[in-house]
Amino acid sequence: MSAPDPWARLAGLTPARVRLRAGMRPVSMEELLTFQQDHAAARDAIHGAVDWAALARALHSLPVLHAASAATDRPTYLRRPDLGRRLAEGDLPCSRPDLLIVVGDGLSAPAVMAQAAPLVHALVRRLPELDGQPIVLARGARVALGDAIGQAMGAAMVLMLIGERPGLSVADSLGAYLTRAPRTGLRDSARNCVSNIHMNGGLDHEAAADRLLWLITEARRIGATGIALKDDSAAATPLPGA
Amino acid sequence: MTTYRASARGETFRFDDLAAVMAAASPERSGDQLAGVAADSALQRVAARRVLMDLPLANFLNDALVPYETDEVTRLIIDGHDRAAFAPVASMSVGEFRDWLLSPAADRAALRALAPGLTPEMVAAVSKLMRNQDLIRVARKIRVETAFRNRIGGPGVMASRLQPNHPADDPRGIAVAVLDGLLQGAGDAVIGINPASDNLGNCHAMLTALDEMRAALDIPTQTCVLTHVTNALTLIERGAPVDLIFQSVAGTEAANDGFGITLAMLAEAHQAGLSLKRGTVGRNVMYFETGQGSALSAEAHHGVDQQTLEARAYGVARAFDPLLVNTVVGFIGPEYLFDGKQIIRAGLEDHFCGKMLGLPMGVDVCYTNHVEADQDDMDNLATLLAQAGVNFVIAVPGADDVMLGYQSLAFEDIAYLREVTCLTPAPEFAAWLQAFGLAGRDALPDPGAMARKLGLPA
Repeated sequence: MSAPDPWARLAGLTPARVRLRAGMRPVSMEELLTFQQDHAAARDAIHGAVDWAALARALHSLPVLHAASAATDRPTYLRRPDLGRRLAEGDLPCSRPDLLIVVGDGLSAPAVMAQAAPLVHALVRRLPELDGQPIVLARGARVALGDAIGQAMGAAMVLMLIGERPGLSVADSLGAYLTRAPRTGLRDSARNCVSNIHMNGGLDHEAAADRLLWLITEARRIGATGIALKDDSAAATPLPGA
Repeated sequence: MTTYRASARGETFRFDDLAAVMAAASPERSGDQLAGVAADSALQRVAARRVLMDLPLANFLNDALVPYETDEVTRLIIDGHDRAAFAPVASMSVGEFRDWLLSPAADRAALRALAPGLTPEMVAAVSKLMRNQDLIRVARKIRVETAFRNRIGGPGVMASRLQPNHPADDPRGIAVAVLDGLLQGAGDAVIGINPASDNLGNCHAMLTALDEMRAALDIPTQTCVLTHVTNALTLIERGAPVDLIFQSVAGTEAANDGFGITLAMLAEAHQAGLSLKRGTVGRNVMYFETGQGSALSAEAHHGVDQQTLEARAYGVARAFDPLLVNTVVGFIGPEYLFDGKQIIRAGLEDHFCGKMLGLPMGVDVCYTNHVEADQDDMDNLATLLAQAGVNFVIAVPGADDVMLGYQSLAFEDIAYLREVTCLTPAPEFAAWLQAFGLAGRDALPDPGAMARKLGLPA
């Protein structure tokens, strides 16, 4: 049941689930099921698995390498963030790339399936030196797993694209974390983050690639990521949900 | 260092120190397992409780779980301990203390007088020997009343925080959420925004907007923008209308350092808040938030279990005479509280421990999407807390916080709790609801006039 006229216009001023009616009535059947449906989508996103073969095909000509954290199943992944940061398997050559892209499942398989390949292609168009370089596909990944992978491959900088924790309104949002001189034990203050990459009012792939290009260029110029690198990019960034 | 031994079903277990006993005696939770301090088996957990049962309460005054020399929270707890208040229970073991708490001798007056004589560690220890019904039964006997523009915590009163967060801090979007909450009778604990941006100009603008809304409708409540205590001090200097000063606090000096605070900073903020004299019926100006797992999250847990550290955070809060203390129980995620069962237990523990230490405890009955919990678990916890006498709960439009990305209670859940428990809002706020025609099921206010006063096009 939508808010009674003339309140619908007011309800449009916020993405919050406002009811705008007095009387302390229970939620309507429709509101109850809409909420349950949104929660179900978030739950399914968290417990779903990425189709890595399909992702590799969507990356077309780009070669892929596979890696996995020590968090081998979903319950372990959720309980033990330390294991999700530890590299357990992966035949990773020490190829010393200047910029290594890692795609991790994180907390949303649909985010990876919907956003990762188009974002990688948008980045390759802006950074032609990435063309032909392997992309690492990482299972059971937390953000910091990128540090271990980057260190193993001798990367100067690692860009981790990872599924964000689903909210009730958006379940397929991707986050991108840029870390220079990756090595295990780094704190989150050593990274820069571009979040809310999705097609439902978030940053679209081209806008996200523009912001990442700015951060990558600036990180190369000043030789650092994290708190030393302030995001002064001109690109207007809509806040999540705005 | 003392080692401890106890048997369960003929098997003997050894514990290296008091912290190990406390951790092993805690009900199972993922955060203690992540920290590597949890019991290895269910039998070991019972053995640890046998140790605690026989342990003299007074031991906690001599055997600091976090070193006195290196931790200012321990120094605050030990130096501030009131031995005269402790005297009635000074000779009891933790097990005897549990029995006494459940007896009629531990009535409202006795528990109020005892609070300054208890340390957080004593309270945490006894909670580990208590079932959920024990935690409810004892907490229900305690009343902690605080006041600013209304009086919270009195008999038969349960308040709520109206949390009108907006992902872009849009003032009109916030006003709509405030209107939504007021129409459903929420907001007597505080109308409090978690800002999306801590930018000072942004926080100042939101404080001004909230204060104008409150004044326009003459609402007997207080407002707050939940930004860092140092920001609040700057905003006070700039003349912003600051009712309550907010800060997240934790149970160790190192974890508080992770929040960018010291006890001295909290004392300065407390004095600055008092100097404004904005309260009309009381002078409680601080609003603290806590949550099990924050110390481990900051790698500052000293091998102590998360529930004991949470109680120590209340040891910090009680030094500053707060209006509100809120444990954000299910916010931190499954690596600390895995599922609905662990969240419900933690919520009842936190409420009990805070009340025992004399705090005006509220609970954010909440969960994130990656926890094994749903709105049914929240119904359970909220219903139990209402029975336990919780001072206030948090409420957001439709149970969905669109800025922080988690689920709490909805405004209509407050109406449910009032219906099944007969609890009422703070008296001044209840009178205001009555005057606006918002107090009853059949009442019809003029929402258009309210919207206009909140600066909204109606």
